Amino acid sequence: MERMELSQDLARETLAMAKAKGATQGDVVMAEGESFFVTVRMGEVEKISQAGEKRLGLRLFFGNSSASASTSDISKNSVERLVEDTARMARVTAQDPYSGLPDAEELAREIPDLDLCDEAARAVAVEEKIQMALAVEKNALAYDARIINSEGGEFSNHFGRVIYASSHGFSGEYSGSTFGHSVAPVAKADGSMQRDYWFSSNRKFSRLESPEIVGKTAAKRVLRRLGGRKVKTCEVPVIFDPEMAGSLLRNLSSALSGYALYKGASFLVGRLGTRIASELMTVIDDGTIPGALGSRPFDGEGLPTKKKLVVDKGELQNYLLDTYSGKKLGLASTGNASRSIGEPPGVSPSNFYLAAGAHAPDDIIGSVQAGLYVTELIGFGVNMVTGDYSRGAAGLWIENGELTYPVEEVTIAGNLKEMFQNIEMVGNDLVMRGRIAAPTVKISRMTLAGD
Amino acid sequence: MAGAGVLEVFLRESVMAQENLPAASFFDRNFGIQGRDLEKVLAAALGRKADYADLYFEYRRNEGVSLEEGLVKNCSQSTANGVGVRVLAESKTGYAYTDDITIENLEIAARTAQYIAQNRSAQEPVPVGQARGAAHDLYPVKTPVNDVALEKKVELLYQIDRYARSLDARVKNVMVSIGSEYKVILIASSQGLVVGDIQPLTRLNVSCIVEENGNRQVGGFGGGGRVEFGFFVDAKDYERYAREAVRQAVLNLSAENAPAGTLDVVLGPGWPGILLHEAIGHGLEGDFNRKKTSAFSDRIGQRVASELCTVVDDGTIPSRRGSINVDDEGTPTHRTVLIEKGILKGYLQDKLNAGLMKMPLTGNGRRESYAHIPMPRMTNTFMLAGESAPEEILRSVKKGLYAVSFGGGQVDITSGKFVFSASEAYLIEDGKVTKPVKGATLIGNGPDVLTRVSMVGSDLKLDEGVGTCGKDGQSVPVGVGLPTIRIDGLTVGGTRA
Repeated sequence: MERMELSQDLARETLAMAKAKGATQGDVVMAEGESFFVTVRMGEVEKISQAGEKRLGLRLFFGNSSASASTSDISKNSVERLVEDTARMARVTAQDPYSGLPDAEELAREIPDLDLCDEAARAVAVEEKIQMALAVEKNALAYDARIINSEGGEFSNHFGRVIYASSHGFSGEYSGSTFGHSVAPVAKADGSMQRDYWFSSNRKFSRLESPEIVGKTAAKRVLRRLGGRKVKTCEVPVIFDPEMAGSLLRNLSSALSGYALYKGASFLVGRLGTRIASELMTVIDDGTIPGALGSRPFDGEGLPTKKKLVVDKGELQNYLLDTYSGKKLGLASTGNASRSIGEPPGVSPSNFYLAAGAHAPDDIIGSVQAGLYVTELIGFGVNMVTGDYSRGAAGLWIENGELTYPVEEVTIAGNLKEMFQNIEMVGNDLVMRGRIAAPTVKISRMTLAGD
Repeated sequence: MAGAGVLEVFLRESVMAQENLPAASFFDRNFGIQGRDLEKVLAAALGRKADYADLYFEYRRNEGVSLEEGLVKNCSQSTANGVGVRVLAESKTGYAYTDDITIENLEIAARTAQYIAQNRSAQEPVPVGQARGAAHDLYPVKTPVNDVALEKKVELLYQIDRYARSLDARVKNVMVSIGSEYKVILIASSQGLVVGDIQPLTRLNVSCIVEENGNRQVGGFGGGGRVEFGFFVDAKDYERYAREAVRQAVLNLSAENAPAGTLDVVLGPGWPGILLHEAIGHGLEGDFNRKKTSAFSDRIGQRVASELCTVVDDGTIPSRRGSINVDDEGTPTHRTVLIEKGILKGYLQDKLNAGLMKMPLTGNGRRESYAHIPMPRMTNTFMLAGESAPEEILRSVKKGLYAVSFGGGQVDITSGKFVFSASEAYLIEDGKVTKPVKGATLIGNGPDVLTRVSMVGSDLKLDEGVGTCGKDGQSVPVGVGLPTIRIDGLTVGGTRA
């Protein structure tokens, strides 16, 4: 079968075919990408993978009923079949008066250049990428004699292109790249074996942190875990390091998703405009930051992305919405539609972060008589409907304002509603290491379960 | 596909069950990929220096239908196909894949994967394990759920919605989804193996939100497997799913805060077997043990559980979600004893790790799709039944927690620390199950937790068929199982200190 290239023309032709079959509205999302990764372990190349992929996704409306489909087979026959299948499925779905594309006048009029793709880095040779992975691992292994093993070092990159077109006449596309390297060293001492991890990720190859910084940071992180022990069950202040504080922001973004809200599946239902957190908490979602990992020139429905205050000094100002979930809540889309190809839209944050506070991390630790500094959380013990929170934790015990011995095999528990209210200090150490980020955060009290 | 060398080998070895034959002809018919093409590509992949090469062809059709707020709002379908080319040289893996299955692309992918073999040091080639045993026919599905008329699935969803709402006036929203997958795979290796399989998989989920005086709670239940549509409707199992989802949500309306601290814990039968998956299973996967990064490294033959515990991984149970006829490297699945009467017996292996560790293949080389490199993964992991009556186990506990349903779990393989989160739990007071308590995460140490199993029930149950395991960014369907067991002292992460 003759394979076709992905293009805005193909998207428009697909929509025209659908219209001829009676579809009243529709949109096409297409993506193609090339990905590469190399993993090394103990100084030797372990795995190299390289590939290219293409997908075409179609969503059609027949009045108020709709269906979606996708294919990786980009040929004329396959696209025709896709249109037929989608039309067939849409006949059995319900009439939903809230369904449909966004209003045409809301669509992005211009497509800003957000500097998302590092074209020059396509020329980086495989050999150089291998050297990066080897260097990051070497820096971790060489740091200390107790680091005796490794789960490996990795370098990866992805170049992708997204095309979106809708029956409102909108069509646009953008390209993006991501680069990352990481290492997971293993340390052993006195019968205790621990693994930790550190990484750097960026849209620009040259902006990755050096293998030296990433490797040494991973080494320090794993060493400080050696000899971890349980502590007695207690109620204490808990400090989340920036990575772990980021996980609280991830929980917040799930609770703010329009889909969770209109279904009644969020502990923040009905809280728009009210105080949901300590006044130290200001959260921003900004899809327009040039070169940032979560930026996009338009969202999954062709709407412009924007910068918005989500939580302003503790007051909830914005949910995260697409057109459908917005309509269900009587609100306008916030430009947060995200698409999995061949699925109806969902909602996701863009660059979502907790604004930096006033305190140096050391001062935050210094404020605690006895408590836990959390550096790792595991498990899925967060109930989005109630906010109940209970997760496995590891970190360092704080005594008289100083970090002391490592702690493991404990849980921390509370309720997100109270945890956000009980944020007592926010660090000045915000760094956008990923799409979701936070500085150090202190929560005045949580239950720690151990012995 | 006449006259092709590799296919002749396949006929001689007769590694494919009759029912699996269509997988081979499927790729010939749809993509014009014939035996001689496979040979050519494998030869290119192997080059002069590699030890082993294989091709993994995959065609996959997924369909999802979902209901919420009383409406079937969404129907979606995706079709994907592609091929992955893998080259092994010592402990190195080269991998390339394409979703455009043509001979030209296969040859490009083969050369890319071969790249890795170019910088190998001069060492003895590592023999990779040979496939052995007969393939199974564990899921002879006549009509995959994908092919059942969409109208029937839509109607089932409406029926479940009406039924769930009729159970309790406090039900505010019901969400139901039915997902089905039809997957055809074909594996061809440089050792002359050509094996295919057709793997249907389906899952029905019901969740509901109940509300009383502003207190909102969620409950969920589901099931599935490599089964036909009748699995859900013949005995009206879907009504049981709905009843369970509503019961769990309503129960949570009156749940009190869970205790915090170390308590004796009784786990109910079935899905709580996720304990084994997290505490034991991952730590026994061959890759971590070859690298000696697992808390179980070098512990074969040692006691890692009380003698009441025998734990197996069995990919051969008919129709189960975690079962497969052959793994994604073409090795027939097995029943592998991991722990026998408390003693660590074996690891779960794929070809690479079995070869490097000089251990037998176990049929656990699995991958999410053609875009992923195989790894050792679990299939259905469970503990064999013991002799205690479940009531007797509960009666033996003075003060503790009885946990019967769980959400997800996670493990740190190196430190051995694992968690799993209860979604339905009760206090045990003086041998009696009393108040329901809110969900809480339980945390323990993998190599240690089973040594504190003091009673094992006679009521082994496998889960309903909803598990998905994630490792290194790859998801695969799995199953778990457990009889009622008592663990003396496990940390319960509630809020009531």
